[in-house]
Amino acid sequence: MHAGIIFLLVIIGSVLFHIFTPWYWTDIASNWGGMDDTITLTFWVGGGVFVAVCLFMIYCVFRYSHKEDRRAEYKPEDKKLEKILTWATTLGVAALLAPGLIIWNQYVNVPKNAIEVDVMAWQWGWQYRLPGADGKLGTTQVRNIADNNPFGINPDDPFGRDDIMVESDVINLENNRPVKILLRSVDVLHNWYVPQFRAKMDAVPGTVTFYWFEPNKVGEYEVLCAEYCGVGHYAMRGGVEVQDKADYEVWLSEQETFEQLSARYEKLNVDGNKLAKK
Amino acid sequence: MSDEYDNNKSYQAQSSEVIDGSTGSVNPDIDYVRPAEVGEQDLYHGHSFIEKWVFCQDAKVIGVQYFLTAVFTGIVGLILSWLMRLQLGFPELAGFMTAEHYYQFVTMHGMIMVVYFLTALFLGGFGNYLIPLMVGARDMVFPYVNMLSFWMFFVAVAVLMASFFVPGGPTGAGWTLYPPQTILEGTPGSGMGILLMLISLSLFVIGFTMGGLNYMITILQARTRGMTLMRMPLTVWGIFTATVLAMLAFPALLVSAIMMTLDKVLQTSFFMPTILKAGEVLEYGGGSPILFQHLFWFFGHPEVYIVALPAFGIVSDLISVHARKNIFGYRMMVWAIVGIGGLSFFVWAHHMYVSGMNPWFGFFFATTTLIIAVPTAMKVYNWILTLWRGNIRINTVMLWCLGFIVTFVNGGITGIFLGNVSVDVPLSDTYFVIAHFHMVMGIAPLMVIMGAVYHWFPLVAGKMLHEGLGKWHFWITFLGAYSIYFPMHYLGFIGVPRRYFEMYDSPYMTSAVGMNEFISIAAFIVGAAQFILVFNIIKTLKTGKKAEQNPWKANSLEWYTSTVPPEHGNFGERLPVVHRWPYDFSVPGAKDDFIPQTTAPSEVIHTEVEKT
Repeated sequence: MHAGIIFLLVIIGSVLFHIFTPWYWTDIASNWGGMDDTITLTFWVGGGVFVAVCLFMIYCVFRYSHKEDRRAEYKPEDKKLEKILTWATTLGVAALLAPGLIIWNQYVNVPKNAIEVDVMAWQWGWQYRLPGADGKLGTTQVRNIADNNPFGINPDDPFGRDDIMVESDVINLENNRPVKILLRSVDVLHNWYVPQFRAKMDAVPGTVTFYWFEPNKVGEYEVLCAEYCGVGHYAMRGGVEVQDKADYEVWLSEQETFEQLSARYEKLNVDGNKLAKK
Repeated sequence: MSDEYDNNKSYQAQSSEVIDGSTGSVNPDIDYVRPAEVGEQDLYHGHSFIEKWVFCQDAKVIGVQYFLTAVFTGIVGLILSWLMRLQLGFPELAGFMTAEHYYQFVTMHGMIMVVYFLTALFLGGFGNYLIPLMVGARDMVFPYVNMLSFWMFFVAVAVLMASFFVPGGPTGAGWTLYPPQTILEGTPGSGMGILLMLISLSLFVIGFTMGGLNYMITILQARTRGMTLMRMPLTVWGIFTATVLAMLAFPALLVSAIMMTLDKVLQTSFFMPTILKAGEVLEYGGGSPILFQHLFWFFGHPEVYIVALPAFGIVSDLISVHARKNIFGYRMMVWAIVGIGGLSFFVWAHHMYVSGMNPWFGFFFATTTLIIAVPTAMKVYNWILTLWRGNIRINTVMLWCLGFIVTFVNGGITGIFLGNVSVDVPLSDTYFVIAHFHMVMGIAPLMVIMGAVYHWFPLVAGKMLHEGLGKWHFWITFLGAYSIYFPMHYLGFIGVPRRYFEMYDSPYMTSAVGMNEFISIAAFIVGAAQFILVFNIIKTLKTGKKAEQNPWKANSLEWYTSTVPPEHGNFGERLPVVHRWPYDFSVPGAKDDFIPQTTAPSEVIHTEVEKT
């Protein structure tokens, strides 16, 4: 008896916790509301099954607890019941899988008008690169990375000359414009994750990975590393500032291109050489 | 009928015809069981203390050795979890703990609990003790190799524990050991620590292969007369399938451990691409970090079922015995175990949806993962349908089983979230994942282990554990563990990432602080409550009530040994002969509410047995 009551209280408590919890989604700020919807759907279906199974179990505990003078039913199998349960479960699972796959299909197909952002990760920090006027990012190589080439852009690649360097851990994005995040890492695994955008993907050294989202709320957000990357993992933060088009354009015009950066270093070198000659 | 096992009984009805007393007609012998095809196994009985208790070849002693060694590692894992919870809940009290320490504790806790505690306990512990007894064998088929298996495991544990004392400490790479960080500076214990971990894992796999061959071949070749595969207790089915999985999955872990050792020691580049570290390009190039993840999870996902399937099997038997009712849908249960085992090799990359592998894999692995939910759900239905119209003893063993059902269903459902690819995207690498896998493969199997300990203790020690203490142990553990992991899912919704030494300066995460304090307190209590069991065992061994033979009135062969606890050789002079499945409880027309597997049909001629 007591056992049944305590189990019942646990189930009721779980449902109440879910209804009244102050801990829930951080407000969404991207187009991936569909992920939240699928989770909500899974919550209703899955939570319903959980409550139903547990209540049935508790009912059995109350109704069929041991009595010396009673015998259990002897019925090894019930083909029909088993068949019904199998098909009902299969249907339920399919109903949950379908929206999941539909949204995944959107997730892996990047819209054509998405602006590409090169997110470069290392132990333990971030920096960003945007395509220049040509709309294309130059190719890169880890071995090219140097003071005068922080992203390792191939110097011979014409697309790389006008790339915009954001040597900061904060990147600005234009509101309501899809972004294709291109992730790379120079050392270990990392993951560029903003809880409000819902999306994430690992940065893997030796390859370039991607995902996309469309920010839809102006504001500042914190970037967290979501793949364990060594002892500084928890401190590997960055930032995103989502701005309206006008503000964004102003910010963009203030950034340095690869060409400008190279020129600046060349000048430093020339000045340095002159000094040395003197 | 009496509880005493009668060795001669099975030989009484060996003629080809018997006379049916009720009608006087001559019938074919309904008690006929095919004669044994091979002679009996010769056993080497130990003569000295060392041969009997240390380098022993008796599977039961080896089982207890595995059990105790695994429990020792489990206690180490428990203490590590306390330290982690201290840092997460009360960082001001954990001033001695650096981020390095924290990550080392996280890593060692995970690896110990999954491999050295749960796997060794279920297969090495319960497998060794129960397989020969339940299938009616005198011992494992290769007793000497079986002994070596335990000692190899023992050395693996010693090497693992030694890593706490080497310069740099144990590895802090996370239990998944993802390269490149695992073997690079910047991760704690990337020198000696990781090497010892890889050596220890390799030794574990070698030792485990020795044991696994024994479990499989004993089940396939050494079953007693009449013990057909479809008359085996589900415990044996669960352990058997798990062992087959282990034999196929552990090699993937072994090769990845070997390759990573080479990457570390000889600077090969199996998993290492070009890497820029502190301004210098390292001597690596061309390797694939994702390859390691595929190998690891090709082992790692079946590993989940290596732990879960024995738990499924054991809990089925416990529920059936204590509900006094046959397990509902036995054949479905067997095929579900086998089906889950097979499918478990086609779902591994659901751990890698956001790993950067080709995103098109997501469609395939989400589908296979959700398919596996169907046989798993069938098992859950059959457990609760076994309770339905049963005659349920609400004792300590049953409480653990009920606790298992609640936690397993809870953790199984959250698995549907994480398996469903796009739902996984926001939740992966957050506390939702931690809550999910602790509920489903930490707490749920632990409930089964505890139920099994209370159930089989009378067999192993010949004494009954104290019920009152058992119930306190259960309620504190169940309610405590549930209040640790149920609310933890909601931290994942907030977006709190896992493996963070500190985190709560983000504005939307401040609400997590209070919950973390609560979870930590619950964790301290639940951990401490486990010592109730230790106390119960010591008290019972000293002053406990002597157990009668077969105290639970079960049907399976382990309760029908010649002595309690069973001696080496298990069954006295003659092996038992099996006439039925182990689930003939409450058969209409039978005198008692149970019919042992050894009872011949002619002895229960007036019962309405549906199936033998």
